Amino acid sequence: MGAGHSHALYVHEHSVVHRMAPQAKLVAALGMVVSIAITPREAVWAFGFYAAVIAGLTGVSRIRPGFLAVRLLAVAPFVLFALFIPFIATGETTEVLGITVSVDGLWGTWNILAKALLGASVSILLTATTEIPDIIRGLSILRVPALFISITTFMIRYLELIADELGRMRVAMTARGYDPRWISQARPIASSAGALFVRSYERGERVHAAMLARGFTGEMPMPSTEAIDRSQCAGVLMLVVLFAGTAIVALVAT
Amino acid sequence: MTVIAMHAPDGFLEAGTAVVTGLISLVVIGVALRQSREQLKDKAIPLAGITAAFIFAAQMFNFPVAAGTTGHLLGGALAAILLGPSVGAIIVTIVVVVQALAFADGGLTALGYNILNMAIVPAYGGYAVFRLIRRMFPSTAGGVVGATGIAAWASVVMAAVAFSIQWLFGASAPVAFDTVFGAMVGVHALIGIGEGIISALAVGAVLASRSDLVYGAQDLDTAQLAESKVGTRTFVIGGMLVALVFAAVVSQFAVGNPDGLEKVAEDRGFIDSAEEHSLGDFIFADYATDGISNEALSLGVAGIVGTVVTLLVAYGLFMGVRETRTRDPASV
Repeated sequence: MGAGHSHALYVHEHSVVHRMAPQAKLVAALGMVVSIAITPREAVWAFGFYAAVIAGLTGVSRIRPGFLAVRLLAVAPFVLFALFIPFIATGETTEVLGITVSVDGLWGTWNILAKALLGASVSILLTATTEIPDIIRGLSILRVPALFISITTFMIRYLELIADELGRMRVAMTARGYDPRWISQARPIASSAGALFVRSYERGERVHAAMLARGFTGEMPMPSTEAIDRSQCAGVLMLVVLFAGTAIVALVAT
Repeated sequence: MTVIAMHAPDGFLEAGTAVVTGLISLVVIGVALRQSREQLKDKAIPLAGITAAFIFAAQMFNFPVAAGTTGHLLGGALAAILLGPSVGAIIVTIVVVVQALAFADGGLTALGYNILNMAIVPAYGGYAVFRLIRRMFPSTAGGVVGATGIAAWASVVMAAVAFSIQWLFGASAPVAFDTVFGAMVGVHALIGIGEGIISALAVGAVLASRSDLVYGAQDLDTAQLAESKVGTRTFVIGGMLVALVFAAVVSQFAVGNPDGLEKVAEDRGFIDSAEEHSLGDFIFADYATDGISNEALSLGVAGIVGTVVTLLVAYGLFMGVRETRTRDPASV
């Protein structure tokens, strides 16, 4: 990942949000999605408020709305499920355009749609403004266990390499006229998966040997955890308080 | 082909369920981290890291299903059989966490149940099924490959069952448990066929070249591995038969209850609000069991399948602990 902005979701920009410390962004994102998740579905105004704040943040981050919209397609399968709910749900029913649907089910659809889309928007904003190594650094500053962080770092470091290896296997198969249409023709794919596993494992062993040669003792040296910038705390705190406050008001009001 | 149990977004299940599944996942992953450290010693970081990258890449393997449509691996059971249940659970968890944090795939508040359904249940439950099935099969490469196929298929079904049970406790919409259970398990029983076939053949390929790397086949004699081979066709036909029988049984259960649209019509105005304060409603989100005529049957089925899946996952966890303890460190 040394080549910089190589992951698909990152948007290279220079905004206040991009410059924020990753640990601050992680805390803010978590605070926002938790608030969204606990907001009762009847509090439609609260969701409108969240959407407005998120739209504002998108603008401040200089992320194009179109980019956000395309990325939101990732939740499409769940949206489809949500759209089915009014028809398969139980309870009191009502007529919409001459079709009988469940009232509770309509609320269920609204609930899943609103929370899934708002939550995903927050996640997309986080990933669009923070590079993966910074996310990992943020997690380690937030005291996630070192072993978990080290393994994750290794995964991210080797992900593109392994994925490229997979890509080369596919190219080689295609070049030899491999075009299966049925699962009974899938043996080459499965064999490639097996070969890729063996290559990955052996690479792990080689990397381990190389690490030992350089004095590895079983613990990774951790990047120095810098002190948290106080000026950023205020912004993060404000966002979290704003969202949590709205959620609490909504909880009390309904 | 998409898997509904995967990468659920925020707000899909109620907050209480998210918190409880989050706590369960935290505890199990804590135990698994300690065990993978014991199992892999100082190799843990590079080996688990790079094989996690392999699982991430394996989810990009698009395999043909039928007439040009494709599916992709989930890899939970495959990881557990190749690397042991604890390491398997860890690396799939890391894949799920990175997908949520760095690729905005799956909600941050949904991480608890996403990790439980996609990493913990498939890895530990799948490994438990693998070990149980292996006892019935001959101790050969063919036996290992067959057991892998069934275990990988079962791991997908168990993930669907786990999701349905969580829906029973924390439904965010009033869809009855049996509707969700029938649809989820039925669909995943079919999706699991591809998972089973690809996982089995992949393990077969590893056995053929580096059989010492297959954690679940360490008891095998490497000399006898040379020949025994399973034909793809035999495998595909066998797998489909098993899955079809299972899907038929499950759909019988689903069809036995009125189908969704009919049910809505049937239930019009039949909601009895007087019943809403029963103990059942205290434990379960009142949605999932609301308005079902045979509530007892539905809860009974949920209880039985839930217990079976929990026992299997617990058995897998137990084996993960025991095998790490008894293994001679020099052989690792």
